[in-house]
Amino acid sequence: MSTLRALARAQAVATGRAQPVATVRHLHLSDRPLVLVPLALAGEANAPLAAMVGAAPDEARLLVVPQPRNRDQRFAFAAELAGIVLPYLDEFRDLTEAVPVDRGRDVRHRYVDAPQLLVPNPAGITFLRLFGRSTRFRRTDGDYPVHPSVPLLGRWLTFFAERAEQPGSSALLALTDALTLHWATGQSVVEDLHLPAVLGWLDPPAGLTGAEAAARAEDPAHCPPAGPATDPDFDNRRLAPAIEAYTRAEDDPAARATAYDELAGLLRDQLAPTWELMWRGVGLLRTLPAGARVTGRWAGDRDAFTAHAEHVDAGGGPQPRRDGAVAAALRLQRLERASTAWAVQRAYDDPLVMAEHRLSGEAFVGEVTLADPARVDDSGKRPVLRPRIQVVTTEPVPMPVGATLYSPARPGQKAKIVFVTPGGDGKTEVVLELSGGMGRGLTAPPGSVPEVGERMCLTSLSDGFLPGGAFPAPEETPWTHGGPPGTAAAPQDPAPAEDWS
Amino acid sequence: MGGVEERLAQIRGGEPPRRHNARTIAALTGNPGCTRRAVLDSAGADKPALAEQLGFPARFGQSRFAITRGNAFEAQVKADGGAELLRLVAERLGVPVPEGATWTDLGADDDRPERSRAALTASGDGPALFDHPLLGLDVAGSRVHLEPDLVAARLAGRFHVVEIKSFPVIDGQADPGKVAAAAIQSAVYVLALRELFAAEGRDPELVSHEVVLVCPRDFANRPVASLLDVRRQLLVLRRQLARMARVEELLAVVPAGFTVDPEADPAVLAAALHQVPARYAPDCLAACELAYFCRHEARGQTGALGRPVREALGGVEDVADVLALAEGVAAPEPEQAEAAALLRAAARLRADALAGHPA
Repeated sequence: MSTLRALARAQAVATGRAQPVATVRHLHLSDRPLVLVPLALAGEANAPLAAMVGAAPDEARLLVVPQPRNRDQRFAFAAELAGIVLPYLDEFRDLTEAVPVDRGRDVRHRYVDAPQLLVPNPAGITFLRLFGRSTRFRRTDGDYPVHPSVPLLGRWLTFFAERAEQPGSSALLALTDALTLHWATGQSVVEDLHLPAVLGWLDPPAGLTGAEAAARAEDPAHCPPAGPATDPDFDNRRLAPAIEAYTRAEDDPAARATAYDELAGLLRDQLAPTWELMWRGVGLLRTLPAGARVTGRWAGDRDAFTAHAEHVDAGGGPQPRRDGAVAAALRLQRLERASTAWAVQRAYDDPLVMAEHRLSGEAFVGEVTLADPARVDDSGKRPVLRPRIQVVTTEPVPMPVGATLYSPARPGQKAKIVFVTPGGDGKTEVVLELSGGMGRGLTAPPGSVPEVGERMCLTSLSDGFLPGGAFPAPEETPWTHGGPPGTAAAPQDPAPAEDWS
Repeated sequence: MGGVEERLAQIRGGEPPRRHNARTIAALTGNPGCTRRAVLDSAGADKPALAEQLGFPARFGQSRFAITRGNAFEAQVKADGGAELLRLVAERLGVPVPEGATWTDLGADDDRPERSRAALTASGDGPALFDHPLLGLDVAGSRVHLEPDLVAARLAGRFHVVEIKSFPVIDGQADPGKVAAAAIQSAVYVLALRELFAAEGRDPELVSHEVVLVCPRDFANRPVASLLDVRRQLLVLRRQLARMARVEELLAVVPAGFTVDPEADPAVLAAALHQVPARYAPDCLAACELAYFCRHEARGQTGALGRPVREALGGVEDVADVLALAEGVAAPEPEQAEAAALLRAAARLRADALAGHPA
């Protein structure tokens, strides 16, 4: 927790309202996100109980599993969910664009838009990940055949859950995370996992402070939990009798229909408040303008969507239960790079995020007091353009001479520190030598060198290209990492046998 | 000690002490710095009733679906005289599945403590499973009887605590929170078993620090066994129990006449509790019945926002003080100078960025 964010929390406590910790939206928001509010049965291993799904506030569809322990009903739920999710994914598969690759010598195609899934909280993401795990290996033949859409849904849910692990991806978002990325509440991170409480701080009803609204939202009798876990009291007093009534009415179609309606009504009442909150939260996020680098990251999500769609079309198999050594190393490296880029890009896009880095000594803001835009360094074989500027700042400059800094206003330009001169009045003079981002000639184009009087931010954070590591092919996995897969180990069973007692 | 007993009874408001179980003992290890909790738990005060009376009821309800599932899974694993359980445990420990293991159910007996003691510490090291043993542990100077649903397995001469839980292990991974809870509960049993052995003059190290956790595998009901090393939990547990055993020291900070009668007027009760300092942290919400009351009391304190927030704010305790220091309207105490400078810089940068100055 940075001091700046902590201070925002303190201000939220004092004012009774959530406080902004971002000035732009750092996440992509689809025009038609698929909102999914799942509920699971307590005590079971990720057994779905109900869900409310839809891509617009008035398109809510309620799915119910009247007997959640019954495996046939569980997979009927999966098929029903697939009937909503898969057509939604197909909506994004009409238009593609050409992307130059290999320095323009070739092109590849990617979809111009991609699907986006929204769930209330991180536990909702875990639910989808495990539901994907429990369905993607299911067989459409054999002892317990399922509808062909079920394993397909499983692979897609696994795809989204894996994207959600990647920092900066907007393919599958937990709304509590998305909101608290942009606003600080006056409560702890533990309490921030509860969507109704977060929205209580952000947008309290008239006459209530954020703290009062959040406290009210904690009472399950007043405000049902945002799932997937249900309120134990609801389970014991309402849900259990309703499920029993449904089970008892087995031989009587009319009674069964009544019992089903009763059960569906109960679950609808538990889900509908969260559904409303989801769209209110989306509305709040929409009030923020998107950051400059959001589009670029969303292009990464579109690439991933395109690649997985092609994998599925080509008859590719489900994701393995565990990565092999090489795949795991690749994944780790991808996540590390994404995490670094995500932190840097947010700072570049948002002065309020950059302020956190200014406080920790990774950036400073100052005014340009001298500029020599025409300076040419001719000490080498070839003369090169190396303008120098002097920046005066009141902020600490802990970077050493020789360090390379960057400015979010000119991300392609490097600024090497030549001198740092602390002044007597608390100001520091920093002389920097610029390279890059000024064309190829010996004259800098207008605007490419900061002018005297310009206020600029200089930071050691670089949004430059991070080269990927070199990894062996899976069949060349070294013995230190278990050797090539499939030699010693038994052949992978794509559908692990599972008892359903 | 009579004085201490009387004092604790007075704290409870004359009510009989609430019985501890493995879960409440395990919960003692969370937030060990909280005096209020240590005093109330040592006295065996009825915290759920207190919370209810104060208007901050605890929310630790359990769904009947979860209970049913837990019982069904346990019955399934223990079926057939524990044959399946023995195989799972032996395979996990890497020993051959023994023939002719005995199954002793120590439950449903009039003389359980004595029988458990005799059966568990009897000589002989053949393979054996003991179901429902009754164990004891000294908590805050009084004897607590534990009636675990667990099984103690004697294999290759060593005892292992076997804990059956109904949360799933999916592709070798389980919910970390649930595993942590199971580990600390199992550590309570390991400790109790070891004390029983020591009291009988046998080597306590005969009880392994490796606990066997039996859970359903993946999404079905087939059980899978995993090993949990509970040495760290044992250490934490011993430290907290030792602290509670020195209850006189704890009581020294409690004002004379401190009493929490669950029937008392809520305002009186709250005033009494305020006299004994709590150390509320957001984690308390998941562990302590009084947490909502303490959270209410801690409103306006940086600690209520979580320890990382408090540290990021330079350790300043009060939100009002934080803001006053940040705005420069309050003069910092000498020890707050560094924190004050940090907060002023943070406030200036924050205002600067929010005012729309480009970075």
